[in-house]
Amino acid sequence: MFDALDALVLARAQFAFTVSFHFLFPAFSIGLASYLMVLEGLWLATERGVYANLFRYWLKIFAVVFAMGVVSGIVMSYQFGTNWSVFSDKAGPVIGPLMAYEVLTAFFLEAGFLGVMLFGIDKVGRKLHFAATCAVAVGTFISAFWILSVNSWMQTPTGYEIGANGQFLPGPSWLAIIFNPSFPYRLVHTVLAAYLTTALAVGGVGAWHLLRDRANPGARTMFSMAMWMATIVAPIQIFAGDQHGLNTLEHQPVKVMAMEGHYDSHPHGAPLILFGIPDSAHKRINYAIEIPKASSLILKHDPNAPLKGLDSVPDADQPPVGIVFWAFRVMVGLGFSMLGLGAWSLLARSRRKLHDWSWLHRAALVMGPSGFVAVLAGWIVTEVGRQPFTIYGLLRTAHSASPLDAPAVAASLAAFAIVYFSVFGMGIWYLLHLMKKPPEAHETALDGAPIRTAGITPAPAIEGGE
Amino acid sequence: MLDLTVIWAAIIGFAIVAYVVMDGFDLGIGILFPLFKVGKDRDTAMNSIAPVWDGNETWLVLGGGGLLAAFPLAYSIILPALYAPLIAMLLGLVLRGVAFEFRWRDPGHRVWWDRAFTGGSAVATFAQGITLGALLQGITVEGRAYAGGWWEWLSPFSVLTGFGLMVGYTLLGACWLNWKTEGGLQRQAVTYAGRLGIAMLIVIGAVSLATLTLKASYQTRWLAWPGVLATAQIPLATLIVTALFYRSLTRRKDAQPFFWALALFGLCLVGLGISIWPYVIPARVTIWEAAAPYRSQLFMLAGGAVLVPVILAYTAWAYWVFRGKVTSEGYH
Ligand code: HDD
Ligand code: HEM
Ligand code: HEM
Repeated sequence: MFDALDALVLARAQFAFTVSFHFLFPAFSIGLASYLMVLEGLWLATERGVYANLFRYWLKIFAVVFAMGVVSGIVMSYQFGTNWSVFSDKAGPVIGPLMAYEVLTAFFLEAGFLGVMLFGIDKVGRKLHFAATCAVAVGTFISAFWILSVNSWMQTPTGYEIGANGQFLPGPSWLAIIFNPSFPYRLVHTVLAAYLTTALAVGGVGAWHLLRDRANPGARTMFSMAMWMATIVAPIQIFAGDQHGLNTLEHQPVKVMAMEGHYDSHPHGAPLILFGIPDSAHKRINYAIEIPKASSLILKHDPNAPLKGLDSVPDADQPPVGIVFWAFRVMVGLGFSMLGLGAWSLLARSRRKLHDWSWLHRAALVMGPSGFVAVLAGWIVTEVGRQPFTIYGLLRTAHSASPLDAPAVAASLAAFAIVYFSVFGMGIWYLLHLMKKPPEAHETALDGAPIRTAGITPAPAIEGGE
Repeated sequence: MLDLTVIWAAIIGFAIVAYVVMDGFDLGIGILFPLFKVGKDRDTAMNSIAPVWDGNETWLVLGGGGLLAAFPLAYSIILPALYAPLIAMLLGLVLRGVAFEFRWRDPGHRVWWDRAFTGGSAVATFAQGITLGALLQGITVEGRAYAGGWWEWLSPFSVLTGFGLMVGYTLLGACWLNWKTEGGLQRQAVTYAGRLGIAMLIVIGAVSLATLTLKASYQTRWLAWPGVLATAQIPLATLIVTALFYRSLTRRKDAQPFFWALALFGLCLVGLGISIWPYVIPARVTIWEAAAPYRSQLFMLAGGAVLVPVILAYTAWAYWVFRGKVTSEGYH
């Protein structure tokens, strides 16, 4: 028994570890692929060198990010079977086809055109090359579509029947499965998150180079583009997050109780706990700073509306409160910081000082990695808040795992940790190295001198012109 | 009602064939990598596969994802049963996959990324071979779950298939380089292909004979009268194809040896099919027992029927874009 429990905890840790690493890369590459598409499109439309320049600059970074996303993703698609075989057997008939569609509609599209996007510009010409870039960008979005549908079905399952052998079987309508109640919200929120993450990363890089050389045209353009993106998307994201939360309240109220830190029911209006320290042993929030009745106001649009707390839920059905509570505050806090950064850049822009206010640049630099943190925090809210179920309300995590011995899972977890930290650690180091170098004027030469001379293509030789 | 289960077994089979055809040679090049001269030759070998490896590997994802979707029971028994080799394979693929990019990013540590490329390719190939052997020799099942320990996959037979697959993939890799490169590297590849062809023949013989000793059912499949008249065509064809392979190699053909080598692989897979059909887990679970319900299969088939041809078309286009010989400076 003790052994089985251990294997379960280890399997959970392994899934959380590998998927967290995986998601860092798609969060960046979904946004970056679209950014590259925009840059190349602008270049085709305007013939301005600065766009071609930036395209080449970010393409090198994209290649590294994408490679890491792919290899960590392949691990994910096998983790379901190796570590969660009972879950796979039971849910396979429903989620399997959605994941197969992801492979057929997204992964092949991305992989098929990636080679041309990275290495093919001098072989296929500019128009066709742009089409390849678009295919990759669209592919990343389709990928997000399917995998988020799967994840959302696990959160808010609909459209299924239960078979005689205990399997979840598809009902008559696949649309009811794909467009399950939380999916539209999760799709919007996650794709916006990817765009914001990329905007902040690009903005951070731009800011870093502006702090060294305000005249660098590449840095000026990328900083301006990134700040537009942050200014526009951050408020939309906050609105989308709010709507998502209301949807969660409807379908997974227990998760919201954990997010809000509501151990107790509040029949006459619940307070909004801004900060505090959840104490699960005594089921209370210590040192709470709260706004009376504000939680009811946000969630029910009525300050006196009653809200149930975790005291209305059996202990065995509660998620761990502390993690969910904190992760939620990290995400929301960062969301508002991004809003602030966007507003500040708008102010600077209106005074024509966007490229001159070094404190703005410093702030953007510090906020550079914040999208990644917010994204992971968001996923932790979602996933830990779903506990103790894998299929919400229907299949418990404890009943989902593979019949594996603890040492096997422990050994593989250790191997994953060693390989991931060293390999992706190095990869992230290379990314920082690429970002440290300012975008240079000769990066413009996209057609005459093929991109591969910049070292994107596996070619060490530098051809004439550089 | 149309038997979609058989169709899906064929599709998964096709994904496996496509995977072996496409990723086999690039894994093989990974294994051969340290034998090539540092510098131009290595760069050329790497360049010849850089634009296509990601697409190649996607067939593996389709194989895994398709198995989950069409045969969830098989997926949930086989993956835990092969836990250790599969994790090793995944880690191997991580190492070799990033090496494609990283070796250009960091010339100071290029030697290390080259080693990661080779090590990762070798481990991934060996693990795939082990997987095949372990499946053939049988998996302990109780109810709907795997019931063996975490070392059940390890046996002399699975080690043999592990090494066997390494021989096979390196043969494909050598033939690919013969096709896509020129000069010294090509000559080197031809030499290797010549030796590996013989090794391949030995391996095929050894694995075939060993398979017959595994289960009585395999013996009846292959040797019972009059079926043997049909099954004997497989070894016969193997010999003929090997002869054709050597003929094309001695005549210094570029592309032909690669396709003959692929034909050898094709014959092995047909042989495999003869041994295990209609089981997914030999002697335990048939494809019909493991199958997902009709609705799941139909839903996927609708998309697959349209999408797989489209995928094949644009994959072919990508290969076409990068046709011709490669040099260390990329394609020209
Ligand atoms: C398609 C499904 C899916 C997707 C897209 C994600 N997860 Fe997940 N996650 C699961 C499917 C899943 C799961 C298989 O259902 C797990 C394993 C055990 C469990 O309860 O749920 C899980 C567990 C799990 C846990 C452990 C929770 C616990 O045991 O307390 C964490 C921290 C995460 N995930 C984090 C993430 C992150 C950071 C993701 C974003 C990138 C993510 N998950 C995407
Ligand atoms: C547990 C869940 C997940 C699994 C099983 C999974 C599986 C995979 C696999 C197998 C690949 C490699 C595809 C290839 O061979 O080209 C991949 C890459 C990718 N995944 Fe995931 N994935 C998961 C979560 C997510 C999420 C949540 C998103 C986005 C919202 C996402 C978006 C992508 C994208 C855009 C790529 C392309 C490579 C990249 O951009 O880095 N994945 N994933
Ligand atoms: C301040 C405003 C925000 C609010 C109110 C908000 C709200 C939420 C809520 C309620 C969830 C959990 C949904 C559930 O599982 O039921 C969530 C998840 C998530 N959040 Fe946010 N969020 C905000 C800002 C952000 C920002 C700035 C990012 C990233 C840049 C982000 C990224 C995510 C991600 C990736 C998830 C997991 C996927 C999902 O369930 O949609 N969020 N958010």
